[in-house]
Amino acid sequence: MVGYMIWVFALLQTILFVAAAPLLSGLVKWLKCRLQNRRGSSILQPYRSLKKLFKKETIVANNASFIFHFTPYLIFTITILISATIPLIIANSPFTYIADIIVLIGLFALARFFLALSGLDIGTAFGGMGSSREMMLSSLAEPALLLAFFTLAMNAESTNLSTIIQHFITTKHLLFSPSLIFTALGFVIIAVAETGRIPIDNPDTHLELTMIHEAMILEYSGHHLALIEWASQIKFMIYCVLFVDLFFPFGLATSLTLNVIGISCLALLAKLFFLSFTLSIAEINLAKIRLFRAPYLLSFAFLLCLLGVLNHIILEVR
Amino acid sequence: MFSFLPTYDQLEIIISALLLLTAFIFLTQNRISNLITTFTWQSILLTIATTLQAYGNVNKELYISAAITFIFKVLFIPYFLRVFVKKLDIRHKVSNIKHPFLLLMGAVVIVLFCYHLVAANKIALNMNSNITVVAMAIVLLGMLLLITHHKAISHVIGFMSMENGIFFAALVATNGMPMAVELGIAFDVLVAVVLFGVFFFHIRSSIDTLNVDRLNILNERVKE
Repeated sequence: MVGYMIWVFALLQTILFVAAAPLLSGLVKWLKCRLQNRRGSSILQPYRSLKKLFKKETIVANNASFIFHFTPYLIFTITILISATIPLIIANSPFTYIADIIVLIGLFALARFFLALSGLDIGTAFGGMGSSREMMLSSLAEPALLLAFFTLAMNAESTNLSTIIQHFITTKHLLFSPSLIFTALGFVIIAVAETGRIPIDNPDTHLELTMIHEAMILEYSGHHLALIEWASQIKFMIYCVLFVDLFFPFGLATSLTLNVIGISCLALLAKLFFLSFTLSIAEINLAKIRLFRAPYLLSFAFLLCLLGVLNHIILEVR
Repeated sequence: MFSFLPTYDQLEIIISALLLLTAFIFLTQNRISNLITTFTWQSILLTIATTLQAYGNVNKELYISAAITFIFKVLFIPYFLRVFVKKLDIRHKVSNIKHPFLLLMGAVVIVLFCYHLVAANKIALNMNSNITVVAMAIVLLGMLLLITHHKAISHVIGFMSMENGIFFAALVATNGMPMAVELGIAFDVLVAVVLFGVFFFHIRSSIDTLNVDRLNILNERVKE
Protein backbone atom coordinates (compact mmCIF):
# COMPACT_ATOMS: atom_id res chain seq x y z
CA MET A 1 0.00 0.00 0.00
CA VAL A 2 2.68 2.46 1.06
CA GLY A 3 4.84 1.56 -1.92
CA TYR A 4 1.94 2.35 -4.22
CA MET A 5 1.10 5.57 -2.38
CA ILE A 6 4.59 6.99 -2.73
CA TRP A 7 4.47 6.72 -6.53
CA VAL A 8 1.16 8.57 -6.56
CA PHE A 9 2.61 11.18 -4.26
CA ALA A 10 5.70 11.61 -6.44
CA LEU A 11 3.44 12.15 -9.45
CA LEU A 12 1.34 14.70 -7.56
CA GLN A 13 4.51 16.46 -6.45
CA THR A 14 5.68 16.77 -10.05
CA ILE A 15 2.32 18.13 -11.18
CA LEU A 16 2.44 20.65 -8.34
CA PHE A 17 5.96 21.64 -9.34
CA VAL A 18 5.01 22.27 -12.96
CA ALA A 19 1.79 24.07 -12.02
CA ALA A 20 3.40 26.29 -9.38
CA ALA A 21 6.38 27.41 -11.46
CA PRO A 22 4.63 30.42 -13.11
CA LEU A 23 3.40 31.45 -9.66
CA LEU A 24 6.98 31.75 -8.37
CA SER A 25 8.02 33.86 -11.35
CA GLY A 26 4.95 36.03 -10.83
CA LEU A 27 5.76 36.40 -7.16
CA VAL A 28 9.31 37.56 -7.82
CA LYS A 29 8.10 40.02 -10.43
CA TRP A 30 5.40 41.37 -8.10
CA LEU A 31 7.83 41.70 -5.17
CA LYS A 32 10.27 43.54 -7.38
CA CYS A 33 7.57 45.98 -8.47
CA ARG A 34 6.43 46.59 -4.91
CA LEU A 35 10.01 47.22 -3.79
CA GLN A 36 10.36 49.83 -6.53
CA ASN A 37 7.12 51.55 -5.39
CA ARG A 38 5.20 50.36 -8.43
CA ARG A 39 1.85 48.61 -8.27
CA GLY A 40 2.98 45.62 -10.25
CA SER A 41 0.97 43.13 -12.21
CA SER A 42 -0.90 40.40 -10.37
CA ILE A 43 0.96 37.34 -9.15
CA LEU A 44 -1.24 35.31 -11.50
CA GLN A 45 -0.15 37.29 -14.56
CA PRO A 46 2.22 34.56 -15.89
CA TYR A 47 -0.78 32.16 -16.05
CA ARG A 48 -2.76 34.71 -18.05
CA SER A 49 0.14 35.25 -20.43
CA LEU A 50 0.52 31.51 -20.94
CA LYS A 51 -3.21 31.13 -21.57
CA LYS A 52 -3.09 33.94 -24.11
CA LEU A 53 -0.11 32.41 -25.90
CA PHE A 54 -1.76 28.99 -26.06
CA LYS A 55 -4.82 30.52 -27.71
CA LYS A 56 -2.85 32.48 -30.29
CA GLU A 57 -2.04 31.27 -33.76
CA THR A 58 1.39 29.67 -34.10
CA ILE A 59 3.36 31.08 -36.98
CA VAL A 60 6.48 29.33 -38.22
CA ALA A 61 8.92 30.71 -40.76
CA ASN A 62 8.97 29.09 -44.22
CA ASN A 63 12.54 27.88 -44.01
CA ALA A 64 12.19 26.34 -40.54
CA SER A 65 13.47 22.79 -40.32
CA PHE A 66 12.09 19.98 -38.14
CA ILE A 67 14.39 21.05 -35.28
CA PHE A 68 12.51 24.30 -34.97
CA HIS A 69 9.21 22.41 -34.70
CA PHE A 70 10.09 19.86 -32.08
CA THR A 71 12.45 21.92 -29.88
CA PRO A 72 9.67 23.48 -27.73
CA TYR A 73 8.21 20.05 -26.98
CA LEU A 74 11.65 18.59 -26.28
CA ILE A 75 12.63 21.40 -23.92
CA PHE A 76 9.33 21.24 -22.09
CA THR A 77 9.59 17.46 -21.67
CA ILE A 78 13.18 17.57 -20.45
CA THR A 79 12.38 20.33 -17.98
CA ILE A 80 9.43 18.36 -16.59
CA LEU A 81 11.67 15.30 -16.36
CA ILE A 82 14.20 17.27 -14.31
CA SER A 83 11.53 18.85 -12.14
CA ALA A 84 10.19 15.37 -11.33
CA THR A 85 13.52 14.42 -9.80
CA ILE A 86 13.88 17.54 -7.65
CA PRO A 87 12.55 16.91 -4.14
CA LEU A 88 9.89 19.55 -3.59
CA ILE A 89 8.19 18.21 -0.48
CA ILE A 90 9.56 14.73 0.08
CA ALA A 91 13.28 13.92 -0.16
CA ASN A 92 13.06 10.22 -0.96
CA SER A 93 10.45 9.97 -3.67
CA PRO A 94 11.11 7.17 -6.20
CA PHE A 95 11.77 9.72 -8.95
CA THR A 96 14.51 11.32 -6.88
CA TYR A 97 16.16 7.96 -6.28
CA ILE A 98 16.84 7.51 -9.99
CA ALA A 99 18.33 11.00 -10.30
CA ASP A 100 22.06 11.20 -10.60
CA ILE A 101 23.30 14.72 -10.12
CA ILE A 102 25.59 14.59 -13.17
CA VAL A 103 22.73 13.37 -15.36
CA LEU A 104 20.79 16.48 -14.30
CA ILE A 105 23.55 18.70 -15.73
CA GLY A 106 23.54 16.57 -18.88
CA LEU A 107 19.79 17.00 -19.30
CA PHE A 108 20.07 20.75 -18.89
CA ALA A 109 22.85 20.75 -21.48
CA LEU A 110 20.68 18.75 -23.91
CA ALA A 111 17.82 21.25 -23.59
CA ARG A 112 20.22 24.14 -24.07
CA PHE A 113 21.80 22.51 -27.11
CA PHE A 114 18.49 22.23 -28.91
CA LEU A 115 17.42 25.73 -27.89
CA ALA A 116 20.63 27.14 -29.35
CA LEU A 117 20.15 25.09 -32.53
CA SER A 118 16.62 26.35 -32.98
CA GLY A 119 17.91 29.89 -32.49
CA LEU A 120 20.26 29.33 -35.40
CA ASP A 121 17.71 27.44 -37.47
CA ILE A 122 15.80 30.34 -39.02
CA GLY A 123 18.98 32.17 -39.90
CA THR A 124 18.15 35.58 -38.48
CA ALA A 125 20.90 37.69 -36.99
CA PHE A 126 19.39 37.91 -33.50
CA GLY A 127 18.88 34.18 -33.14
CA GLY A 128 22.48 33.43 -34.00
CA MET A 129 23.70 36.16 -31.67
CA GLY A 130 21.61 34.83 -28.79
CA SER A 131 22.75 31.26 -29.40
CA SER A 132 26.42 32.16 -29.46
CA ARG A 133 26.07 34.20 -26.27
CA GLU A 134 24.17 31.44 -24.51
CA MET A 135 26.82 28.93 -25.50
CA MET A 136 29.63 31.23 -24.34
CA LEU A 137 28.06 31.70 -20.92
CA SER A 138 27.07 28.07 -20.47
CA SER A 139 30.53 26.84 -21.40
CA LEU A 140 31.73 28.80 -18.37
CA ALA A 141 28.83 28.04 -16.06
CA GLU A 142 28.68 24.30 -16.67
CA PRO A 143 32.15 23.33 -15.35
CA ALA A 144 31.54 25.53 -12.31
CA LEU A 145 28.22 23.79 -11.68
CA LEU A 146 29.92 20.41 -12.03
CA LEU A 147 32.53 21.44 -9.46
CA ALA A 148 29.81 22.61 -7.08
CA PHE A 149 28.08 19.25 -7.41
CA PHE A 150 31.40 17.44 -6.94
CA THR A 151 31.85 19.16 -3.57
CA LEU A 152 28.35 18.13 -2.52
CA ALA A 153 28.95 14.60 -3.77
CA MET A 154 32.23 14.42 -1.84
CA ASN A 155 30.46 15.60 1.30
CA ALA A 156 27.77 12.96 0.99
CA GLU A 157 29.96 10.34 -0.70
CA SER A 158 27.38 9.77 -3.42
CA THR A 159 26.26 11.40 -6.65
CA ASN A 160 22.65 10.41 -6.09
CA LEU A 161 20.51 13.48 -5.44
CA SER A 162 18.32 11.79 -2.86
CA THR A 163 21.30 10.43 -0.91
CA ILE A 164 23.01 13.82 -0.93
CA ILE A 165 19.97 15.67 0.37
CA GLN A 166 19.26 13.05 3.03
CA HIS A 167 22.91 13.29 4.10
CA PHE A 168 22.50 17.02 4.63
CA ILE A 169 19.24 16.52 6.52
CA THR A 170 20.81 14.04 8.91
CA THR A 171 24.14 15.79 9.58
CA LYS A 172 23.65 18.08 12.49
CA HIS A 173 25.71 21.08 11.47
CA LEU A 174 25.72 23.74 14.09
CA LEU A 175 27.23 25.92 11.42
CA PHE A 176 27.91 25.61 7.74
CA SER A 177 31.05 23.81 6.77
CA PRO A 178 33.41 26.06 4.78
CA SER A 179 33.11 23.99 1.61
CA LEU A 180 29.34 24.45 1.69
CA ILE A 181 29.61 28.22 2.14
CA PHE A 182 31.78 28.54 -0.94
CA THR A 183 29.69 26.10 -2.95
CA ALA A 184 26.49 27.93 -2.02
CA LEU A 185 27.93 31.28 -3.10
CA GLY A 186 29.18 29.82 -6.36
CA PHE A 187 25.88 28.06 -6.96
CA VAL A 188 23.95 31.33 -6.56
CA ILE A 189 26.05 33.03 -9.26
CA ILE A 190 25.70 30.06 -11.60
CA ALA A 191 21.94 29.86 -11.00
CA VAL A 192 21.62 33.56 -11.78
CA ALA A 193 23.54 33.07 -15.02
CA GLU A 194 21.64 29.94 -16.05
CA THR A 195 18.19 31.35 -15.40
CA GLY A 196 19.04 34.69 -17.02
CA ARG A 197 18.44 36.92 -14.01
CA ILE A 198 19.71 40.40 -13.56
CA PRO A 199 23.48 40.78 -13.38
CA ILE A 200 23.85 38.58 -16.46
CA ASP A 201 20.63 39.00 -18.41
CA ASN A 202 17.51 41.06 -17.84
CA PRO A 203 14.30 38.97 -17.89
CA ASP A 204 11.99 42.01 -18.06
CA THR A 205 13.04 43.65 -21.29
CA HIS A 206 13.52 42.83 -24.92
CA LEU A 207 16.43 45.19 -25.48
CA GLU A 208 17.91 43.76 -28.62
CA LEU A 209 21.58 44.32 -28.08
CA THR A 210 21.87 42.98 -24.56
CA MET A 211 19.47 40.06 -24.47
CA ILE A 212 20.59 36.47 -24.42
CA HIS A 213 17.67 34.16 -23.78
CA GLU A 214 15.08 36.36 -25.47
CA ALA A 215 17.19 36.63 -28.62
CA MET A 216 17.12 32.89 -29.18
CA ILE A 217 13.36 32.53 -28.93
CA LEU A 218 12.54 35.63 -30.95
CA GLU A 219 11.12 33.60 -33.85
CA TYR A 220 8.74 31.55 -31.74
CA SER A 221 5.08 32.39 -31.35
CA GLY A 222 1.82 30.90 -30.13
CA HIS A 223 1.88 27.63 -28.23
CA HIS A 224 5.56 27.04 -29.10
CA LEU A 225 6.46 30.23 -27.26
CA ALA A 226 4.13 29.33 -24.40
CA LEU A 227 5.91 25.99 -23.91
CA ILE A 228 9.33 27.62 -23.94
CA GLU A 229 8.26 30.36 -21.53
CA TRP A 230 6.72 27.81 -19.21
CA ALA A 231 9.86 25.68 -19.40
CA SER A 232 12.04 28.62 -18.45
CA GLN A 233 9.74 29.37 -15.51
CA ILE A 234 10.05 25.74 -14.40
CA LYS A 235 13.82 25.98 -14.81
CA PHE A 236 13.87 29.03 -12.55
CA MET A 237 11.89 27.13 -9.95
CA ILE A 238 14.19 24.10 -10.30
CA TYR A 239 17.21 26.21 -9.43
CA CYS A 240 15.40 27.86 -6.50
CA VAL A 241 14.16 24.58 -5.06
CA LEU A 242 17.50 22.87 -5.65
CA PHE A 243 19.23 25.69 -3.79
CA VAL A 244 17.00 25.48 -0.72
CA ASP A 245 17.05 21.66 -0.82
CA LEU A 246 20.82 21.42 -0.90
CA PHE A 247 21.84 24.22 1.42
CA PHE A 248 18.81 24.69 3.70
CA PRO A 249 17.27 21.23 3.78
CA PHE A 250 15.61 21.48 7.20
CA GLY A 251 11.95 20.58 7.27
CA LEU A 252 12.10 18.43 4.13
CA ALA A 253 9.97 15.31 4.60
CA THR A 254 11.54 11.87 4.47
CA SER A 255 8.41 9.84 5.23
CA LEU A 256 4.79 9.85 4.10
CA THR A 257 2.93 10.88 7.24
CA LEU A 258 0.49 13.75 7.20
CA ASN A 259 2.32 15.63 9.96
CA VAL A 260 5.72 15.57 8.32
CA ILE A 261 4.31 16.52 4.92
CA GLY A 262 2.47 19.47 6.42
CA ILE A 263 5.63 20.76 8.06
CA SER A 264 7.54 20.21 4.84
CA CYS A 265 5.00 22.22 2.82
CA LEU A 266 5.08 25.10 5.29
CA ALA A 267 8.90 25.07 5.39
CA LEU A 268 9.03 25.06 1.60
CA LEU A 269 6.64 27.99 1.34
CA ALA A 270 8.61 29.99 3.91
CA LYS A 271 11.95 29.18 2.28
CA LEU A 272 10.77 30.01 -1.24
CA PHE A 273 9.16 33.25 -0.12
CA PHE A 274 12.31 34.27 1.72
CA LEU A 275 14.44 33.34 -1.29
CA SER A 276 12.30 35.34 -3.73
CA PHE A 277 12.35 38.30 -1.35
CA THR A 278 16.16 38.19 -1.16
CA LEU A 279 16.37 37.77 -4.92
CA SER A 280 14.10 40.77 -5.54
CA ILE A 281 16.13 42.97 -3.19
CA ALA A 282 19.34 41.87 -4.89
CA GLU A 283 17.85 42.49 -8.34
CA ILE A 284 16.64 46.01 -7.66
CA ASN A 285 20.04 46.92 -6.23
CA LEU A 286 22.14 45.51 -9.04
CA ALA A 287 22.52 46.68 -12.60
CA LYS A 288 23.02 44.37 -15.53
CA ILE A 289 26.73 44.04 -16.18
CA ARG A 290 28.24 44.39 -19.60
CA LEU A 291 28.23 41.16 -21.56
CA PHE A 292 32.00 41.07 -21.74
CA ARG A 293 32.26 41.37 -17.96
CA ALA A 294 30.02 38.30 -17.52
CA PRO A 295 32.90 35.81 -18.05
CA TYR A 296 34.72 37.45 -15.13
CA LEU A 297 31.72 36.94 -12.87
CA LEU A 298 31.40 33.34 -13.98
CA SER A 299 35.11 32.66 -13.55
CA PHE A 300 34.69 34.03 -10.02
CA ALA A 301 31.88 31.49 -9.52
CA PHE A 302 34.21 28.82 -10.85
CA LEU A 303 36.85 29.96 -8.36
CA LEU A 304 34.36 29.79 -5.48
CA CYS A 305 33.35 26.25 -6.41
CA LEU A 306 36.99 25.25 -6.79
CA LEU A 307 37.74 26.73 -3.37
CA GLY A 308 34.82 24.69 -2.07
CA VAL A 309 36.48 21.50 -3.32
CA LEU A 310 39.88 22.60 -1.96
CA ASN A 311 38.44 23.53 1.42
CA HIS A 312 36.72 20.20 1.64
CA ILE A 313 39.97 18.37 0.96
CA ILE A 314 42.24 20.58 3.04
CA LEU A 315 40.14 21.48 6.04
CA GLU A 316 37.41 18.90 6.40
CA VAL A 317 38.87 15.52 5.55
CA ARG A 318 41.18 14.30 8.23
CA MET B 1 34.68 14.68 9.32
CA PHE B 2 33.79 18.31 9.80
CA SER B 3 30.40 17.88 11.41
CA PHE B 4 31.83 15.82 14.29
CA LEU B 5 34.14 18.61 15.41
CA PRO B 6 33.15 20.84 18.34
CA THR B 7 31.65 24.24 17.51
CA TYR B 8 34.81 26.07 18.48
CA ASP B 9 36.95 24.16 15.98
CA GLN B 10 34.29 24.54 13.30
CA LEU B 11 34.32 28.31 13.78
CA GLU B 12 38.08 28.40 13.55
CA ILE B 13 38.06 26.41 10.32
CA ILE B 14 35.39 28.65 8.78
CA ILE B 15 37.40 31.76 9.64
CA SER B 16 40.52 30.27 8.06
CA ALA B 17 38.55 29.39 4.92
CA LEU B 18 37.29 32.97 4.69
CA LEU B 19 40.86 34.25 5.14
CA LEU B 20 41.88 32.13 2.17
CA LEU B 21 39.00 33.67 0.19
CA THR B 22 40.24 37.20 0.95
CA ALA B 23 43.71 36.19 -0.27
CA PHE B 24 42.11 35.13 -3.57
CA ILE B 25 40.02 38.29 -3.78
CA PHE B 26 43.22 40.37 -3.56
CA LEU B 27 44.38 38.82 -6.79
CA THR B 28 41.22 39.68 -8.71
CA GLN B 29 40.92 43.30 -7.60
CA ASN B 30 42.29 45.92 -9.93
CA ARG B 31 41.10 49.03 -8.09
CA ILE B 32 43.24 50.29 -5.25
CA SER B 33 40.35 51.29 -2.98
CA ASN B 34 38.92 47.76 -3.31
CA LEU B 35 42.30 46.31 -2.37
CA ILE B 36 42.34 48.40 0.80
CA THR B 37 38.79 47.32 1.67
CA THR B 38 39.72 43.68 1.18
CA PHE B 39 42.75 44.18 3.39
CA THR B 40 40.48 45.62 6.09
CA TRP B 41 38.24 42.56 5.87
CA GLN B 42 41.21 40.22 6.07
CA SER B 43 42.41 42.02 9.19
CA ILE B 44 38.95 41.85 10.76
CA LEU B 45 38.90 38.09 10.16
CA LEU B 46 42.38 37.83 11.63
CA THR B 47 41.23 39.71 14.73
CA ILE B 48 38.31 37.28 15.11
CA ALA B 49 40.68 34.32 14.67
CA THR B 50 43.04 35.70 17.33
CA THR B 51 40.20 36.34 19.75
CA LEU B 52 38.92 32.80 19.22
CA GLN B 53 42.39 31.39 19.81
CA ALA B 54 42.71 33.49 22.99
CA TYR B 55 39.32 32.24 24.17
CA GLY B 56 40.31 28.59 23.77
CA ASN B 57 43.78 29.04 25.22
CA VAL B 58 45.26 29.25 28.70
CA ASN B 59 47.54 32.02 27.56
CA LYS B 60 45.39 35.15 27.72
CA GLU B 61 48.11 37.38 26.25
CA LEU B 62 46.54 36.67 22.87
CA TYR B 63 43.71 39.07 23.74
CA ILE B 64 46.32 41.84 23.70
CA SER B 65 47.59 40.81 20.28
CA ALA B 66 43.98 40.70 19.04
CA ALA B 67 43.56 44.26 20.26
CA ILE B 68 46.83 45.29 18.59
CA THR B 69 45.75 43.64 15.34
CA PHE B 70 42.45 45.45 15.47
CA ILE B 71 43.89 48.88 16.20
CA PHE B 72 46.79 48.70 13.76
CA LYS B 73 45.55 46.59 10.89
CA VAL B 74 41.84 47.33 10.88
CA LEU B 75 41.93 51.01 11.82
CA PHE B 76 45.33 52.67 11.36
CA ILE B 77 46.93 51.06 8.31
CA PRO B 78 43.84 51.18 6.06
CA TYR B 79 43.31 54.77 7.20
CA PHE B 80 46.90 55.71 6.31
CA LEU B 81 46.64 53.97 2.96
CA ARG B 82 43.42 55.80 2.16
CA VAL B 83 45.06 59.11 3.05
CA PHE B 84 47.94 58.29 0.69
CA VAL B 85 45.55 57.34 -2.07
CA LYS B 86 43.67 60.58 -1.60
CA LYS B 87 46.82 62.71 -1.57
CA LEU B 88 48.31 60.96 -4.59
CA ASP B 89 44.90 61.20 -6.28
CA ILE B 90 44.93 57.62 -7.59
CA ARG B 91 41.58 56.53 -6.20
CA HIS B 92 40.10 55.66 -9.55
CA LYS B 93 43.22 54.35 -11.20
CA VAL B 94 42.79 50.89 -12.62
CA SER B 95 45.80 48.68 -13.00
CA ASN B 96 45.29 46.05 -15.64
CA ILE B 97 45.96 42.46 -14.74
CA LYS B 98 46.86 40.35 -17.73
CA HIS B 99 45.05 37.00 -17.82
CA PRO B 100 43.05 37.21 -14.55
CA PHE B 101 41.71 33.68 -14.94
CA LEU B 102 45.19 32.24 -15.45
CA LEU B 103 46.34 34.10 -12.36
CA LEU B 104 43.59 32.51 -10.29
CA MET B 105 44.46 29.06 -11.57
CA GLY B 106 48.09 29.72 -10.63
CA ALA B 107 46.89 30.67 -7.17
CA VAL B 108 44.97 27.39 -6.90
CA VAL B 109 48.15 25.52 -7.86
CA ILE B 110 49.96 27.36 -5.07
CA VAL B 111 47.34 26.26 -2.55
CA LEU B 112 47.70 22.66 -3.71
CA PHE B 113 51.49 22.99 -3.43
CA CYS B 114 51.13 24.19 0.17
CA TYR B 115 48.79 21.32 0.93
CA HIS B 116 51.27 18.75 -0.34
CA LEU B 117 54.11 20.42 1.51
CA VAL B 118 52.24 20.27 4.80
CA ALA B 119 50.81 16.81 4.15
CA ALA B 120 54.31 15.48 3.48
CA ASN B 121 55.62 16.92 6.74
CA LYS B 122 52.65 16.20 8.92
CA ILE B 123 54.40 16.07 12.27
CA ALA B 124 51.49 16.85 14.52
CA LEU B 125 48.32 15.15 13.33
CA ASN B 126 45.91 17.66 14.75
CA MET B 127 43.46 19.99 13.04
CA ASN B 128 45.89 22.89 13.26
CA SER B 129 48.21 21.36 10.70
CA ASN B 130 45.41 21.69 8.15
CA ILE B 131 44.89 25.33 9.01
CA THR B 132 48.65 25.81 8.60
CA VAL B 133 48.09 25.07 4.90
CA VAL B 134 45.83 28.11 4.70
CA ALA B 135 48.31 30.32 6.55
CA MET B 136 51.12 29.26 4.26
CA ALA B 137 48.95 29.76 1.19
CA ILE B 138 48.12 33.31 2.33
CA VAL B 139 51.84 34.11 2.56
CA LEU B 140 52.56 32.71 -0.90
CA LEU B 141 49.49 34.34 -2.44
CA GLY B 142 50.70 37.66 -1.01
CA MET B 143 53.95 37.03 -2.86
CA LEU B 144 52.00 36.30 -6.05
CA LEU B 145 50.24 39.65 -5.58
CA LEU B 146 53.64 41.34 -5.35
CA ILE B 147 54.76 39.70 -8.58
CA THR B 148 51.66 40.30 -10.66
CA HIS B 149 50.61 43.81 -9.70
CA HIS B 150 52.61 46.73 -11.00
CA LYS B 151 51.52 49.55 -8.72
CA ALA B 152 53.62 50.40 -5.69
CA ILE B 153 50.57 50.67 -3.47
CA SER B 154 49.38 47.16 -4.41
CA HIS B 155 52.84 45.98 -3.43
CA VAL B 156 52.34 47.44 0.01
CA ILE B 157 49.02 45.61 0.30
CA GLY B 158 50.73 42.39 -0.81
CA PHE B 159 53.39 42.90 1.80
CA MET B 160 50.79 43.52 4.51
CA SER B 161 48.81 40.45 3.46
CA MET B 162 51.99 38.36 3.68
CA GLU B 163 52.51 39.73 7.16
CA ASN B 164 48.93 38.73 8.00
CA GLY B 165 49.68 35.24 6.72
CA ILE B 166 52.78 34.92 8.88
CA PHE B 167 50.86 36.18 11.89
CA PHE B 168 48.12 33.63 11.23
CA ALA B 169 50.68 30.85 10.80
CA ALA B 170 52.24 31.73 14.14
CA LEU B 171 48.79 31.81 15.68
CA VAL B 172 47.72 28.35 14.55
CA ALA B 173 51.07 26.59 14.71
CA THR B 174 52.42 27.82 18.06
CA ASN B 175 49.50 29.65 19.69
CA GLY B 176 50.98 33.04 18.87
CA MET B 177 54.44 34.51 19.00
CA PRO B 178 55.96 35.79 22.24
CA MET B 179 54.56 39.15 23.16
CA ALA B 180 57.85 40.99 22.74
CA VAL B 181 58.30 39.73 19.19
CA GLU B 182 54.73 40.51 18.32
CA LEU B 183 54.88 44.07 19.60
CA GLY B 184 58.13 44.56 17.70
CA ILE B 185 56.61 43.33 14.44
CA ALA B 186 53.47 45.37 14.92
CA PHE B 187 55.46 48.57 15.30
CA ASP B 188 57.72 47.59 12.42
CA VAL B 189 54.71 47.24 10.17
CA LEU B 190 53.38 50.58 11.31
CA VAL B 191 56.69 52.29 10.62
CA ALA B 192 56.90 50.47 7.30
CA VAL B 193 53.58 51.94 6.20
CA VAL B 194 54.77 55.46 7.00
CA LEU B 195 58.02 54.84 5.14
CA PHE B 196 56.15 53.42 2.18
CA GLY B 197 54.12 56.61 2.13
CA VAL B 198 57.29 58.70 1.92
CA PHE B 199 58.55 56.42 -0.85
CA PHE B 200 55.34 56.77 -2.84
CA PHE B 201 55.81 60.51 -3.02
CA HIS B 202 59.47 60.16 -3.95
CA ILE B 203 58.84 57.58 -6.65
CA ARG B 204 56.07 59.70 -8.06
CA SER B 205 58.08 62.92 -8.08
CA SER B 206 61.07 61.24 -9.77
CA ILE B 207 59.40 59.02 -12.41
CA ASP B 208 55.93 60.57 -12.47
CA THR B 209 54.05 57.32 -11.94
CA LEU B 210 53.55 54.68 -9.29
CA ASN B 211 54.08 51.88 -11.75
CA VAL B 212 57.25 50.25 -10.45
CA ASP B 213 58.04 48.67 -13.82
CA ARG B 214 59.10 52.12 -14.87
CA LEU B 215 61.88 52.00 -12.29
CA ASN B 216 63.71 49.69 -14.70
CA ILE B 217 64.50 52.60 -16.97
CA LEU B 218 66.51 54.27 -14.23
CA ASN B 219 69.73 52.38 -14.96
CA GLU B 220 73.13 53.91 -15.27
CA ARG B 221 73.95 52.70 -18.74
CA VAL B 222 75.87 55.34 -20.65
CA LYS B 223 74.11 56.44 -23.77
CA GLU B 224 76.14 55.98 -26.88
